[in-house]
Amino acid sequence: MPVTRSRRSTGGFPRELLLNLTLRELRGKFKRSAIGWGWSVINPVVTITVYSIVFSMFLKIEPPVGDPSGLHTYALFLMCGLLPWLFTFNGLMGSVTTLIANEGLIKKVYFKRWVLPTSSVLAWLVSFLIEMGVVAVVLLIAGNMVLPWLAVVLALVALQTLFVLGLGLLFAPINAYFRDVEHFTGIFLNIWFWATPIIYPMTVLYRKDGSPQEIFGLSVPNLMNLNPMYHFVTAYRDLLYNLRLPDASTWLYIVVATACSLLLGSWVFGRLEARLAEEL
Amino acid sequence: MSAAPAIAVEHVTKRFRLLHDRNGTLKATVLNGFRRTTYEEFLALDDVSLEVPEGSTYGLIGENGSGKSTLLKCMAKIYRPDKGRIDVRGKVSALLELGAGFHPELSGRENVYLNASILGMSRRDVDGCFDDIVEFSGLERFIDTPVKNYSSGMYVRLGFAVAINVDPEVLLVDEILAVGDEAFQTRCTEKFSDLKRSGSTIVVVSHGLDQMRNLCDRIAWFEHGVLQAEGPSGQVVDQYLKQVRSDRTAYAARTRDSAIEAGETPIISRIEALDADGRSSELLRTGAPAAFRVTFDEGRIGEPVAVAIGLFRVDGTHVTSVNTGGAIVDGTGRGQRSVTLSVPSLPVITGRYALSVALHDANLMHVHERADRTVQFEIEPDPAYTSPQRGITALGGTWSAS
Repeated sequence: MPVTRSRRSTGGFPRELLLNLTLRELRGKFKRSAIGWGWSVINPVVTITVYSIVFSMFLKIEPPVGDPSGLHTYALFLMCGLLPWLFTFNGLMGSVTTLIANEGLIKKVYFKRWVLPTSSVLAWLVSFLIEMGVVAVVLLIAGNMVLPWLAVVLALVALQTLFVLGLGLLFAPINAYFRDVEHFTGIFLNIWFWATPIIYPMTVLYRKDGSPQEIFGLSVPNLMNLNPMYHFVTAYRDLLYNLRLPDASTWLYIVVATACSLLLGSWVFGRLEARLAEEL
Repeated sequence: MSAAPAIAVEHVTKRFRLLHDRNGTLKATVLNGFRRTTYEEFLALDDVSLEVPEGSTYGLIGENGSGKSTLLKCMAKIYRPDKGRIDVRGKVSALLELGAGFHPELSGRENVYLNASILGMSRRDVDGCFDDIVEFSGLERFIDTPVKNYSSGMYVRLGFAVAINVDPEVLLVDEILAVGDEAFQTRCTEKFSDLKRSGSTIVVVSHGLDQMRNLCDRIAWFEHGVLQAEGPSGQVVDQYLKQVRSDRTAYAARTRDSAIEAGETPIISRIEALDADGRSSELLRTGAPAAFRVTFDEGRIGEPVAVAIGLFRVDGTHVTSVNTGGAIVDGTGRGQRSVTLSVPSLPVITGRYALSVALHDANLMHVHERADRTVQFEIEPDPAYTSPQRGITALGGTWSAS
């Protein structure tokens, strides 16, 4: 059989590989399950239902009134913050373990290693986009005209994806060297979840007299500014729940956090990837 | 070599860290003040320089741990050298592990595309040679079955088919020439020849020296990370074999004599030549029945024993050697055991001879104890022979004319 040869660039952007590995993650995740992709939606729906019952009915947490949308439903308020959070959570947990999970590949084939955590984040991005589609429909049914804002939401999703990717690139190679980073990541994410106003509105951080709550003499609302996820959640809620553009300061925090995360992540990844095949 | 090399290896050094106690936990690291415990450095490649000519088939040989696979992985960019550089011209495909990256739940078809993209092919490229890949693997009927239902042979065949059909300019192969059945192997060999004809450079790591001698144009021989020799394949393989043989002789250094000298009781207690009547004797006769008997302490070996006997003329000429081919004594007994080689008609001419004996393990790889040319005996001529005997063996037989 004659051997034909086509010239291919070896140093280019591995678009096909990224795509195929992402598809592998997605296909592998729901293959052989009866509901398949449905799980991607069922899981958040159940979480939102349970949280709504506990926090809204039992604990009487009052959701803020959407300004200017006038929306006043806890489940919708929760949804707009919880789903973006779950994307960060899943994307980070997924990419942290991805190098170890693909140990065999790394030891036997050369390809650009960053493709692995990236494809993991991209696979979760696909789930997230599906969920956000469902959210948009639910909000429309509830009377919130979100359609004009969706383009901005997509830009926000893109920024969050880069933010999560940066964290993944940071933690994934460290986990190859120290295996308990993934356990640490789990705890870290748990704390981060409660430190972000997802199930509670910002108003709970203020006392009855309007002064801010304090921890060790520091104002909690001020501390909250250091939490990048607070700004992401705020931006999502502004766009989807309140139906307005987020403040410039919110955007600024988001862009700076994303840039820091990506720069730090890719720097650490670049430093550690050389010895990955030996350390795994 | 006037043409530019396909692979240029310049002063490559690669060290591995052998962690004594792998510091896999953060806690241990913190307690150790962020030193990742103690480690030893292991020099896998020591200042290696070589050039693989474009279009050649190049072999890397050496014992296990000699660094040949490490060099291959450095060429494949899986390992990064600590010092030096490797320049590879052209598209590389490495056959280090077949089917690396196959997802068990995905079908053969999906995995072909996945695997090919890991090896750097675009979807369009795969579309072009998908049928070739499937045909080569011989898995047409199973291509839409999840690969987890494949047998290990099918798995490897599909992996090989993908890797070799990406039409690499440089193909790196590690010890995987022996996959699949006869027919598949033939196809692999043909494909290698095709690649060679079309000008691909192939680098092979293998222990199969005969195969390497035939397959490769040039060979590099490594020992403990150091390049020992590099040159035309026949020449280097011969050099290597010579070295390995002398090493092996040195390895089997325990002899009966050295044991006695060291004041130990040797394992081999007696070596005897037996005459036609079965009596221990120093006088045997050409053409007459004879036997050679080795008595040894089975309990001291404690594993299956194979026995080899060699017959030497006193001038050192090696007449013959025979062995039991495998274990003849299972090694479970305690105490003395005798193994006898009976010869119905001794086919050796008159002269003075010596016996050598070795006790091996069942695979005849390791020597428990050997005795070199210890027992001497005389062989007297067969009265039936009237003519003088020359040479080594006694052919026997009768003359006739017609």
